[in-house]
Amino acid sequence: MTAVQTTAATRDALGPTLVRLQQSGAVDLVVVDADLGKSTTSRKFKDVYPERFFTFGVAEQNMISAAGGFASLGYTVFASSFAVFVEHAFDQLRMSIAQPRLNVKVVASHGGVSTGEDGASAQSIEDIALFSSLPTFKVGVPADVVEAEAMIEAAAKDSGPWYIRTGRPKIPVLYTDGPRYQIGKADTLREGGDLTIVACGLLVERALRAADVLAAEGVSARVLNMATIRPLDVDALEAAARETGAIVVAEEHLVHTGLGAMVAQALATRHPVPMEFVGIPDRYGESGTWDQVLEIMGLTSQGVADAARKVMARKRR
Amino acid sequence: MVTVAQTDLQSRTRRIRRHIVNMVYGAKSGHIGGSMSSTEILTVLYDRILKHDPANPAWAERDRFIMSKGHCTPLQYAILAEFGYIPVEELSTFRQKGSRLQGHSVLGKPAGVENSAGSLGMGLSFGLGIRLGMRLRGQENHVYVLMGDGEQQEGQVWEAAMAAAHHHVDHLVALIDRNGIQNDDFTKNTMDSAPLEDKYRAFGWDVRTDVDGHDLAAVEAALTWARDVRGKPACVIFNTTKGKGVSFMENNPNFHGAPPTDEEYVRAMEELPA
Repeated sequence: MTAVQTTAATRDALGPTLVRLQQSGAVDLVVVDADLGKSTTSRKFKDVYPERFFTFGVAEQNMISAAGGFASLGYTVFASSFAVFVEHAFDQLRMSIAQPRLNVKVVASHGGVSTGEDGASAQSIEDIALFSSLPTFKVGVPADVVEAEAMIEAAAKDSGPWYIRTGRPKIPVLYTDGPRYQIGKADTLREGGDLTIVACGLLVERALRAADVLAAEGVSARVLNMATIRPLDVDALEAAARETGAIVVAEEHLVHTGLGAMVAQALATRHPVPMEFVGIPDRYGESGTWDQVLEIMGLTSQGVADAARKVMARKRR
Repeated sequence: MVTVAQTDLQSRTRRIRRHIVNMVYGAKSGHIGGSMSSTEILTVLYDRILKHDPANPAWAERDRFIMSKGHCTPLQYAILAEFGYIPVEELSTFRQKGSRLQGHSVLGKPAGVENSAGSLGMGLSFGLGIRLGMRLRGQENHVYVLMGDGEQQEGQVWEAAMAAAHHHVDHLVALIDRNGIQNDDFTKNTMDSAPLEDKYRAFGWDVRTDVDGHDLAAVEAALTWARDVRGKPACVIFNTTKGKGVSFMENNPNFHGAPPTDEEYVRAMEELPA
């Protein structure tokens, strides 16, 4: 009998985690919102702490600069919206948060193309690039709801700006025995000696399935969950390159500006090996169910396995 | 009648204007015009209105001054020197390599600078966040935000104006230096923001307008009025002259962001008695 796999959306971690953190007394929270608190789940914080929850209406620029103002008084501020809409306030993120290095945590939901039916306008495929381009920001993409909760807590207790991307679809829970998240540390989910698959977000579970397929073909794939994109765990990457000799990076983001590009840059100076990349090609998304759009973009376990076969062929040459 | 106290303020504004011209001439870059137009506004604010302690810039019970027109750092640093936050000698490092006195405002550089700015339109939002955070703590302090009139073209200003009224924020004061000139040209030729007072009133603010921004008594009266407004945010619109104090800079769009030549510097200092 096959066990029923538990699924949950990573966005569901936000509101309940913020309530728990404020109740713990460990942080002095303010939560700001731009009319999407139901979707990001930040409104669950409002239900318990209405005086600490501030709505700014559909005005992300004002919300982001005001978040910086709150933070300058010593509050730990969580700002949320859809990933595409926080992109609307890029210069505010730069001037009001990143440059003064204020304690604002942007947790944006509906990241990636797995937002689905709304189509290209609502699908953030460039957020990792934008936030990674801001010095002082840490950037994370959790692989499941358990890791999302742990990452939000870690960010709340860390000083300085953060960007955390959460997602809309219900995806399998990987960390059923509890979170293992540490800031800036890759988590080895599967040992392997022939190649390493580095993944983040919902591609982690797809990478694990690809590793099963590859194992049946006699290829032993290591799987690293690179939940923190900045700072990148370059030591784990170098060890993977030295020990397995080939790397595949898989992510739900534009392939030329995301995790893969950053991994390639890091390994170019440390230990270059053959690499292949699974990500969104140089195009925008379209409407469809979330898994259909992922399939259009090749972000499937099959896509990851194909990239692994390709990199193995290059490694053997 | 000019009182003794006003004479003291006048001597402060004279020193500050000389600092401004010296800094921009020394750095061979920087923004004189908008610094000179706001000189009386900030001098009176720091001298008479703002609760602050230069010996303890991190004082938790201080009011906050937010410089939204963050290119007018010559004025901001001259004020910080005049009121004892930094030594006057440090002003000569303005815009130099290694200096704390960066080209545009940077939070904490030096202590007393409460926000980072330079991209226009963000200060009112930042100040709104500060005031809401103070209110959450039951803190009665004020937040004063200085903006330019060209800056009113930024859409974010109106997002903040709407939100401040929606949240019934008082102790938040917008100070608008209406000098009528922006980078390229006169504001009315670039993007006319008139009638500015009607716009703020329509957004739910209490407004005092057409205040002579170079009349010390008028500035003090308006700032005192704004400080005491309750139940809604307050806005004071000052009519000012860009480049005020140096005849050939006054109302001249060429002195928005350009330094004076050697000859202009000499003439300017002659017109600004110590």
